[in-house]
Amino acid sequence: MHNTAISLIELGAVFFGLGLLGRLAWRIGISPIPLYLIGGLAFGSGGLIPLEGIEGFTAIAGEIGVVLLLLLLGLEYSAAELVTGLRRSWLAGLLDLVLNAVPGAAVALMLGWGPVGALAMAGVTYISSSGIVAKVLGDLGRLGNRETPVVLSILVFEDLAMAVYLPILTALLAGATLLGGLTTVGVSLIAITVVLVVALKFGRFVSMAVDSPEPEVFLLRVLGAALLVAGIASQLQVSAAVGAFLLGIAISGSTAENATKLLEPLRDLFAAMFFVVFGLNTDPRTIPPVLAFAVALAVVTTLTKVATGWFAARQQGIARMGRVRAGAALVARGEFSIVIAGLAVSAGAVDDQLAALATAYVLLMAILGPVAARVVEPVALAVRRRLQPAPAT
Amino acid sequence: MVNVEVTPLPGIGTRQDFVSRSGRRIGVITHRDGHVDLIVSKQEDPDACVASIPLSAEESGALANLLGAPHLVAQLAEQHREVTGVTTRQLPLAPGSPYAGRTLGDTALRTRTAVSVVAVVRAGIVHPSPRPDFLLAGGDILVTVGTAEGLTAAVDVLERG
Repeated sequence: MHNTAISLIELGAVFFGLGLLGRLAWRIGISPIPLYLIGGLAFGSGGLIPLEGIEGFTAIAGEIGVVLLLLLLGLEYSAAELVTGLRRSWLAGLLDLVLNAVPGAAVALMLGWGPVGALAMAGVTYISSSGIVAKVLGDLGRLGNRETPVVLSILVFEDLAMAVYLPILTALLAGATLLGGLTTVGVSLIAITVVLVVALKFGRFVSMAVDSPEPEVFLLRVLGAALLVAGIASQLQVSAAVGAFLLGIAISGSTAENATKLLEPLRDLFAAMFFVVFGLNTDPRTIPPVLAFAVALAVVTTLTKVATGWFAARQQGIARMGRVRAGAALVARGEFSIVIAGLAVSAGAVDDQLAALATAYVLLMAILGPVAARVVEPVALAVRRRLQPAPAT
Repeated sequence: MVNVEVTPLPGIGTRQDFVSRSGRRIGVITHRDGHVDLIVSKQEDPDACVASIPLSAEESGALANLLGAPHLVAQLAEQHREVTGVTTRQLPLAPGSPYAGRTLGDTALRTRTAVSVVAVVRAGIVHPSPRPDFLLAGGDILVTVGTAEGLTAAVDVLERG
């Protein structure tokens, strides 16, 4: 009995503390993710206040957080949007992939983490945070801007790339051989194609299986289906996250929109837990040795994302100011970088320092991203004025 | 002819806009949950927006009334141009009017002022040829046809009863 009381108090304190941090974050105009991570670092092993007795709950809550993050990522774009996005932005999407994955992979190889570590770090530096980007664009009143569809189509492409990347990563993390790895790649490509076709042609049947006019029945069914699919996928060595993601893509239309609305608060709750758990499991003392690499990666991948946005926007005939805005909007990395690092670390197939590097990197980028999007216009104007001195009066 | 461009915004909704003759992009963003933003592009940077204003369903209805009714009146006036002495006007029914919440028949406009109500515009939707049992509401715009004196009298009737 006494233990329950202490667990409740600890959990309550954690959630309340996260609530305060979240409010502070939005007040100062950044994403709460870095603050959650710092919260986790402070509580965890080697941190200020070690939390004990609630590890069982926080671990499973963190897992559910990953499932919900990926389910909602899948729900975010309809199959039709994914296909159009792929058709329209594949060139910019490929450039995005090459420019932003290479720095992460290069640093991992430099640190001697081997090809699997390189693949994981490539994913960490590649994927922008669609959550932060969409929120920042909305807050800054840029949804009506002409470069915004360009930014969103890059995010859509990254979403698709994740569908191929995650199964490959999990297969390699599980220690698959080259041949086995190739088979998994084939299987995952077939799986994503099948899911897209099913979603496009028979999406309403998948939706019908989970849909219900009663909100609570609907919530239970969607959540149940997501956890079932995630669990089965995990049993088949395809990673729970991938299963949830593919289920999200297969659910379509109004069902997807209603599911998003219902699941968002749950996702926020469990995802916050996931970030805390990730922070908890990262020893803050491991960060200083990799901090220099994190800073270097932050600088390089900020520039590469800006270049991506610049190129993609230029292709659509958007003027210079719009191009830099598009680039700066894409800078933020967040939840999915941590998800990838979490997959890699929990599989135990990569160097422990990867968690420290990913944490430090996301801390920097989740703060830098919204700030970059905000200051890009004044900075670009100032630079332009510098380059073109005012005519003598 | 205004060319309205429809752009999907994956994960957010759709943007519908057109370029005005003055070179401004004007339009709306319809979010997935149904709420609407009014957008107007910047003069010096047509890619960006000077404003992005969230509107409730009621507010966008009111805006549609303001913009839509004159268009309807202009069309009707054009049709009635040959008939001398007949004017088309839009008469607002103020929320405090004695006829807000009563039927069109109660106003007895035709009997008292010889003015015909050809349409009622509410929340951007035109209700053509309203019957006498049409229930009026504050904020409606009555599109009326009549003589100049009749229309002036109709304004009084709608305001004072």
